Amino acid sequence: MAQQAVTGASPGPAQLGEPLLKVRGINKHFGPVQALTNVDLDLYAGQVTALCGDNGAGKSVLTKCIAGIYQIDGGQFFWESKPVAIHSPRDSSALGIETVYQDLALADNLDIVQNMFLGREQIRNGLLNEDDMERSAGKTLSSLRVTTVRSIRQPVASLSGGQRQSVAVAKAVMWNSKLVMLDEPTAALGVVQTNQVLQLVRRLRERGLAVMVISHNLNDVFEVADRIAVLHLGRMAGQDRADAFDRQSVVDYMTTGASTRSRRADGDGEKRGQS
Amino acid sequence: MEKNVARAEAPESEDPTAAAEAAVEVPPEIVAQTLGQWFQAWMARIRAGDSGVLPVILGLVIITFVFEGISPHQVFLSATNLVNLFQQSAVFMVLAMGVIFALLLGQIDLSIGFVGATGAAIAVQLVQPATTKWPWWAAIAAALLVCALIGAIQGTLIARLRLSSLIVTLAGGLIFNGVMLIVLGLGPFSGYPSLAGSNANLQVLYNLMWGTINPTVSWVGMVVLVAAAGLIMWSADNRRRRSGLVAPPVSLTLLKIGLIAVCAVVVVAICNVNRAAIGTLEGVPWVIPIVLAVFTVWMVLLQKTRFGRYVYAIGGNPEAARRAGVRLANIITLCFTISAFTAGIGALLYASNLGGMSNNFPGNSLVLQAIASAVIGGTSLFGGRGKVLHGILGGLVIGGIYNGMYLLSIPVQWQFIVVGVVLILAVSIDALSRRSATSGSVARV
Repeated sequence: MAQQAVTGASPGPAQLGEPLLKVRGINKHFGPVQALTNVDLDLYAGQVTALCGDNGAGKSVLTKCIAGIYQIDGGQFFWESKPVAIHSPRDSSALGIETVYQDLALADNLDIVQNMFLGREQIRNGLLNEDDMERSAGKTLSSLRVTTVRSIRQPVASLSGGQRQSVAVAKAVMWNSKLVMLDEPTAALGVVQTNQVLQLVRRLRERGLAVMVISHNLNDVFEVADRIAVLHLGRMAGQDRADAFDRQSVVDYMTTGASTRSRRADGDGEKRGQS
Repeated sequence: MEKNVARAEAPESEDPTAAAEAAVEVPPEIVAQTLGQWFQAWMARIRAGDSGVLPVILGLVIITFVFEGISPHQVFLSATNLVNLFQQSAVFMVLAMGVIFALLLGQIDLSIGFVGATGAAIAVQLVQPATTKWPWWAAIAAALLVCALIGAIQGTLIARLRLSSLIVTLAGGLIFNGVMLIVLGLGPFSGYPSLAGSNANLQVLYNLMWGTINPTVSWVGMVVLVAAAGLIMWSADNRRRRSGLVAPPVSLTLLKIGLIAVCAVVVVAICNVNRAAIGTLEGVPWVIPIVLAVFTVWMVLLQKTRFGRYVYAIGGNPEAARRAGVRLANIITLCFTISAFTAGIGALLYASNLGGMSNNFPGNSLVLQAIASAVIGGTSLFGGRGKVLHGILGGLVIGGIYNGMYLLSIPVQWQFIVVGVVLILAVSIDALSRRSATSGSVARV
C-alpha cells in the first residue's frame, strides 16, 4: 500500500529528536473535580501516538486542552521546543493543530468540497471561488489516496462512515497542519471501513505529521501506533514506544495505573534507542 | 454507512464499494459525461427519492390541464388570465423567497405578513400628496429600511437571547399588526390611504403591479437578460469542463440555456398580447422584472457567497458551523433581516395590487401561504434544504389553484380546503420519497 511517502520519509524511532509538541505538568480542574493532574505528553512528527485510557480518564479533556477549547489551569505547552500559550481554538489552529472530533462536525447537506472549506472559503471578486476550492480539495483527497468517493461534489449525507471520517481527516490536514488529533476515529465503523481509516492514519504519518489517536480499541492501537500513552484518573500512567507495551500491560495501566507485566514504560525516564 | 448500502443499483459503478454506498443522492450532473447518462442518473435519483423540483413542475402541469379543461370557455390559459395569475402569485412568491432564509436555518418567521404590511403602510402614507409628499423612491426605501430594522431586532432576539423564533415572530406579527393599524390611522384617509390619483409618486407605487413595459422594450430586455444568463452559465460550465472539474455535459448546459430562453420567449409573448377588452393593455408587467430581481439577488447571495454557504451549514449542522468559526448569531440575525426586508417588497406589491393599503390586510393568511409556497416548492422546514427558486414555483402552484378556483366560482371555503390538502400532499410526497430513499431510517433534513 505505501509505495511512496507524500512528503519525506517517516523518521525511524531512533532519530526522533525533539517532540513537536511537549506537554508538561498540565493541570485542569472543573470546580472541585481534578480532571488532569500533572500530565506530561510528547507528540512527535511522523509518529502516531495512541492516547488510551478508561472512560473518565481525561483523554477528551487533554485533547480539548491541546485544541484550545479548555484553558489549562497549570503547566506549559512547548511547540517545536518553544513555550507557547493556547487560549483558544484559534491559537491552536494557528500553530497547526487540528482536531477531528468523534462526531466529525460535517454538515450533511453540504458536499465534500463545501465541508472541507467550511469557515475558510476562498473568495474571488466577492463570490465563492468554487473552482479553486474544488481543485485543492481534490488534491488533498488524492494525496491521502481517498479514492472511494464517487465525486467530491456529492453531499456528505451520501457517504459511508469511513468516507465521512476520511473527509473529516482531509479537512483537518488541508491547512498545513502539523499535528492532527483524532478522537475515536474507528468507533462505530465496520471492519473494512476501520481499515480504510487506519490506512489513512498511516498516510498522515508518511506525510510527516504528528498524529494523536484517542482510542479504546486496542486492536487499532497496536495496529497503527508508534507510541502509546495511557491515562489513568487524570494522570499519565505511562508512555513509551508501542513495542514496549503489550495488550495486557496497556489494560493494566488503563485500569490500575500501573503494570507489573512489562518494564516501566515512562518514556522520558529511559533511553529510547534499542532497548 | 449501513443506511445507505441498501441502494445497490447504481447506474455506473466503476468502484463497487463506493458506488453502492453513494448511489442514493449524488446529483446527476456531477457523474454524467453525456446527456444520456445524465438522464439515466437523474431517473435513478428520482427513483431513489430525491426528486428535486420535479413534483412541483408536475403539479403545475396538472393544475394547468385541469383548470384549462374545466374553466368556463377555457379562459385559464388566456393571456389575460395568465398575466393575472402571475400578478396574484407574485406576493406569495416574494414573501416565500424571503421566508426561505428563515426556513433554511430550521427557524420560522411568522411575522412577515404584518411586518411587510407595516412597511407598505408607511410607503403608501409617505407618498400621499395630501400629507407628506415624499418621492416614491424615498418612501419605498424608508419602508424597506423599517422592515429590515424590524427583522434585525427579531433576529437579534432569536440569535443572541436564544428565544424561539416561533414565539418571537408570533409576537412580532401581533405587534406589527397593531403598528400597521396605527400607521394606517394617520392622516385624513380614515384607514384607507389610496394609490389612486394622477400624482407621479402615487402612480409609481400603483404601477409596481399594474404598470407594463412597452412590448418592444420587453422583447429587447428579454433578449439581453437571456443572453447574459446564458453567457454566464455557459462560460462557468465551460471553464470547469476545461480545467477538469466536476461539470455537466455540454449538451446539458445548452439544454438549460435553451429552456430558459423558451420560458422567457413564452412569457414575453403572452404578456405582449393585447389583454384589454377595449383599448390596449400589453407588455410585460413591472412585477415580473421585480420578482426576477429579488430571485436573482437572493439566489446569488445564497449560492455564491460565504453568507449563503453559512446559512446552509447552520441549517445542516449548527455545531459544525460553530466549530468552523462561523458567527452564528450574525448569520441568523441577517437571515431574519432579509426575511423581513423581502416581506416589505411583497407587501408593497400587495398594496399596489390593491391600489392602496387597508386595515383588512390579510397578514396572517399571507404568512401561511408564503410558507406553504416555500414548502410546496421543496424547501424543508427542518433547515438546510431549499432554494430561492422553490418560492417562485410554490407561489405559482398556490396562485394557480386560487386563480383556477376563482374562475370556476368555487366558494372561498373550498379554496382554503383545497390549498390545505395540496400542502399536505406536497409534504407527504416529499417525506415518503425520502423515507423510501433512506430505507426507513430517519429522514434527514
